[in-house]
Amino acid sequence: MEIDHGTLVAFAKSFGLFYLMVFFAVVLVYACWPSNRDRFDRAKKSILNDEDGPCR
Amino acid sequence: MISQLTKGERQLALVISIAVAFLGLAMAGGGFGNPLGFHGFIVLLFALGVTFLILSGYFAPEPSPERLKRYYDDPIKVGVILSLIWGVIGMFMGVWVAALLAWPEMTFDAAWASFGRLRPVHTTGVIFGFGGNALIATSFHVMQRTSRARMPDQFSPWFVLLGYNLFCLLAVSGYFIGVTQSKEYAEPEWYADIWLVVVWVTYLVLYMRTLARRQEPHIYVANWYYLAFILVVAMLHIVNNLAIPISLTAAKSYSAFSGVQDAMTQWWYGHNAVAFFLTAGFLGMMYYYLPKRAERPIFSYRLSIVSFWGITFLYMWAGSHHLHYTALPHWVQTLGMTFSVMLLVPSWASAANALLTLNGAWHKVRDDATLRFMMVAAVFYGISTFEGSFLAIRPVNSLSHYTDWTVGHVHAGALGWVALITFGAIYTLAPILWKRQRMYSPALVEVHFWLALAGTLVYVFAMWNSGIIQGLMWRTYNESGTLAYSFVESVEAMHPYYIARTAGGLLFLAGIVVGFYNILMTIRRAPSLEASAAKQDEPVTSGAAPSPVSAGE
Repeated sequence: MEIDHGTLVAFAKSFGLFYLMVFFAVVLVYACWPSNRDRFDRAKKSILNDEDGPCR
Repeated sequence: MISQLTKGERQLALVISIAVAFLGLAMAGGGFGNPLGFHGFIVLLFALGVTFLILSGYFAPEPSPERLKRYYDDPIKVGVILSLIWGVIGMFMGVWVAALLAWPEMTFDAAWASFGRLRPVHTTGVIFGFGGNALIATSFHVMQRTSRARMPDQFSPWFVLLGYNLFCLLAVSGYFIGVTQSKEYAEPEWYADIWLVVVWVTYLVLYMRTLARRQEPHIYVANWYYLAFILVVAMLHIVNNLAIPISLTAAKSYSAFSGVQDAMTQWWYGHNAVAFFLTAGFLGMMYYYLPKRAERPIFSYRLSIVSFWGITFLYMWAGSHHLHYTALPHWVQTLGMTFSVMLLVPSWASAANALLTLNGAWHKVRDDATLRFMMVAAVFYGISTFEGSFLAIRPVNSLSHYTDWTVGHVHAGALGWVALITFGAIYTLAPILWKRQRMYSPALVEVHFWLALAGTLVYVFAMWNSGIIQGLMWRTYNESGTLAYSFVESVEAMHPYYIARTAGGLLFLAGIVVGFYNILMTIRRAPSLEASAAKQDEPVTSGAAPSPVSAGE
């Protein structure tokens, strides 16, 4: 099969579109998943006081 | 510093530096009479210097196991200092090349001092020397703190830091003698490129090993940005630098790509270097040091995740906007343009996230120049990403391309965003690293802030004016349908702006010199934390800034 301009445009307009849309949806679901809230909250607060460790 | 290494680590360091010295000797011998031979001598001298350094502390007693309970900060300290040294050199070169454009006679009558050789010394000095060392140093700090884990060994951070600086040294010294592969921001030749791959893989492995030791269940988002920076830069560097040397004993090589493919590969690299070196890495810095200094958690952690994936996946496609109106197929240009415009969403999400974090802490921004550095950096990040998306639109680009507008845009990002966030991070970091109550002089931080901001504004406004005038002069036709202005007339019209630009650069350079002095004096003179523990009731009497070190540190 020859890869020409038309092939690439067709690929970009079909796969490219859905790949980015699905990816975006997955990221949104991960970010908003309720059970992730506690880990995120902990992570964002824990950096405020990390200079003493605990450290291993 | 050597005394902190274990016997085994000292031996390993010695073996590696002697091996590198032999490598340098082989390059010097094999490439004698070629620039490669000159670089061989530099590698040899560098490696011998490191060898003597190790030998000088080789017989010191073993370090106490107590150290393993603390974070490993020695390479971070050296990295901060190296970053500032490179910053001063790189920005000085920037002022010089800026002056050269206003007064072309301000050079020596020698090849090494020509504009074409000095300019990459400036760009490599500030991007890779100043920016790269700052990224490496802060990433070593952030990865340990957010993981609450010490680095897994004490050898690899030194290898990464010193190896990286050897690369910068080879790059910069090569430009003076005419070594370049003529790819913007990827000028160093094949042997330096191979060396950087070795260093960079070690860096990635070190980062992953530290994260693997973490005590926190979740990897804090700043680490994601640093990791994206390391991983993607490795990929870009390897692909864009694929080349065949004309001989193993010569510096010259030929790229694996040619024609428009070469141009596309180069700007896929070039724009993603902006994205992942100058943006992702420094966003990692912002997501850690800004909340830390403001003593408030980031406004929205969820938003930081969404913008992370937005930036990584959209930036990858934007590079072709550097090649509007060229032989590159039209649809590839359109692709780059479209993704550049979409990129505004995650970019502004990050900028807004940073600024909203400061809600409730604006009094601190007013009083504390360190936090203000980071606040203004976030504002410039927002401005320059908006400008970038705008300039990537093809018809806009027809006015701006090849003019000083592009140069102004780059410096709004490089000075206003990258350098200011770095200064903010370094001023936050220095008292913590050297265990000081605060910086030696908060007043000098304030001076640095205003010099840097004034310098950036003067520079950017000069280039906006100059660029738009230039673009308009190049496209103005007279009644007979020919160009109204000759090229030389447009050069003459630029003269006042070039003088203003040099003045702006000089202000910025003065700022970093003040900052460097302040850091050195903080290391030598600022009151230490132990002293404050002895007389705890005494309030900190620093004029402008509150103590950066909060209770519990």
